[in-house]
Amino acid sequence: MSRGRYGIYGGQYIPETLMNELIHLEESYEFYKKDEAFNQELNTLFNEYAGRPSLLYYAEKMTRDLGGAKIYLKREDLNHTGSHKINNVLGQALLAKKMGKTRLIAETGAGQHGVATATAAALFGMECEIFMGEEDTIRQALNVYRMELLGAKVHPVKSGTRTLKDAVNEAMREWASRVDDTLYVLGSVMGPHPFPMIVRDFQSVISKEARAQILEKEGKLPTAVVACVGGGSNAMGSFYHFIPDEDVKLIGCEAAGKGVDTALTAATIATGSVGVFHGMKSYFCQDEFGQIAPVYSISAGLDYPGIGPEHAYLHDTGRAEYVPVTDDEAVEAFEYLARTEGIICAIESAHALAHVRKIAGTMKASDIILVTISGRGDKDVAAIARYRGLDIHE
Amino acid sequence: MNKIKQVFANGKAFIGFLTAGDPDAESTVRYILEMEKAGADLIEIGIPFSDPTAEGVVIQEASIRALQGGMTTDGVFQIVEKVRESSQVPLALMTYLNPVFHYGYEAFFTRCGELGVDAIIVPDMPYEEKGEAQEAAAKHDVRIISLIAPTSKERIQMIAGEAEGFIYVVSSLGVTGVRKEINTDLDSIVSSIREATDVPCAIGFGISTPQQAKKMAASADGVIVGSAIVKIIAKYGNKAEKEIYDYVKSMKEACLQA
Repeated sequence: MSRGRYGIYGGQYIPETLMNELIHLEESYEFYKKDEAFNQELNTLFNEYAGRPSLLYYAEKMTRDLGGAKIYLKREDLNHTGSHKINNVLGQALLAKKMGKTRLIAETGAGQHGVATATAAALFGMECEIFMGEEDTIRQALNVYRMELLGAKVHPVKSGTRTLKDAVNEAMREWASRVDDTLYVLGSVMGPHPFPMIVRDFQSVISKEARAQILEKEGKLPTAVVACVGGGSNAMGSFYHFIPDEDVKLIGCEAAGKGVDTALTAATIATGSVGVFHGMKSYFCQDEFGQIAPVYSISAGLDYPGIGPEHAYLHDTGRAEYVPVTDDEAVEAFEYLARTEGIICAIESAHALAHVRKIAGTMKASDIILVTISGRGDKDVAAIARYRGLDIHE
Repeated sequence: MNKIKQVFANGKAFIGFLTAGDPDAESTVRYILEMEKAGADLIEIGIPFSDPTAEGVVIQEASIRALQGGMTTDGVFQIVEKVRESSQVPLALMTYLNPVFHYGYEAFFTRCGELGVDAIIVPDMPYEEKGEAQEAAAKHDVRIISLIAPTSKERIQMIAGEAEGFIYVVSSLGVTGVRKEINTDLDSIVSSIREATDVPCAIGFGISTPQQAKKMAASADGVIVGSAIVKIIAKYGNKAEKEIYDYVKSMKEACLQA
């Protein structure tokens, strides 16, 4: 079995053209991971530029309203650029700089990862090109302009379903054609090794902080950690330091779209099967001949037909549980959090919140739910308004 | 009996690619036979995949046309079965790993063996990952073709050392598709392959003109052409016989002049 495995999942299913670069990336990462100066520099960026540590907020009104477990929100939405994506991007961009790269490329779905990558490129004085499904450039037009303001070139991807999956395809093609000066800053815990490991490590700052914060506030670990899952980077980061704490339940919330019994879904664990795609072995939504299925979710960031290989492993071993959440439930949770706590969260994060709304009331007052608010929802306001039948455009 | 050795027995080889089911299964069968008649030494049949990440626009679009026309892995095997009724031309299947994995390695290579498919080319299965398919492929006498790229460098010896059938030398960075110029130092790549193995080398990616074919064939044992043929099919649909025949004939002649 090749490197970068989580049980049977993971691996490096990628064209030969990119193999040496992946090996080089892994070696560089292994070196800088242990390098004190690198870690200090990254920490400074986290704390002084991105606004870390992010707050762990006790959602008292929500707790009272739902009448069960105490609910804490890990506020990744308060990070610079408005989501957890900046954690991984600052890490990878700094690594790219150390490797002598001068150009960053990335895929983006909702635009959060694209904005974060464009931001880091601006900060480090690097060239930046973002690949975004044409469908998503329409759904998230404001983020396209944001990336352009930051100096990035945005390529609308017109192939396939014109969403996140196709943006990944195109970014991979671009990387294979220009690899020497370029790092493909993959945005989630997916793709070929070493990306699932690198992205997980950089995102694990979420659970590292959250674990210490909850121990300080409550003197005990949470009963459950809940996060939304597309590729799964904020969930992996939220779970990681809790994995050895066997009593802590880990719950990933997938985008069920119109429902897991319909074709309009992106719930990979609930409806997919094992396959090999985008460089990794994992679960994918696919047909009986292994053709990748078109998926659907209201959330452009969760609209992806696969899931990171470590999640596939956590699912198989039963360490984490994955539950589907529909568009309707997510939109209701989005509105609920705004009304109840005065926080407009990303529609992605609203999937996690929707599940919290289902389980909190069934739990005891001594239980604690820690839910990650992966991003802020400004980007989604117009789309939610349209979902509710209002004709608002950005 | 595996027929890969025959591929390189008629002077420098010409290897042609088409996407199964583009524009339809019946045309694919005819075009394979036409390519054989025109002198193609091996025909690569693409099993269309929804997300061909190593492919340029031409083959991406052919894959979409084929899938929209209802082509499936079983449909590709039916095409091979039809071809085998009248031809023993060496055949390779080219696809991505997921359709093979999903079919099941044992089931897939059993079918290949029964139908006399000689080789398989899977761009997203590099050296490190071929282990899981190897046993089933070997059992059914199907060669797994190794790819070597301009970026392979010190990996060449390792890959070439285990290569079987022939080695697919990727001419350029990036994805498949017609290129005006190919600037990679292919002679040095091929000579470093030669240090490790005497398995034949065929160069592919970007080759479309007889001039390029002649030049590339001089550096190796054969050339592989995909997008240029797929373009002809895209243009002439189910009436592309004559154009395919003329094109393949001119390319094979160019190879022989190398």
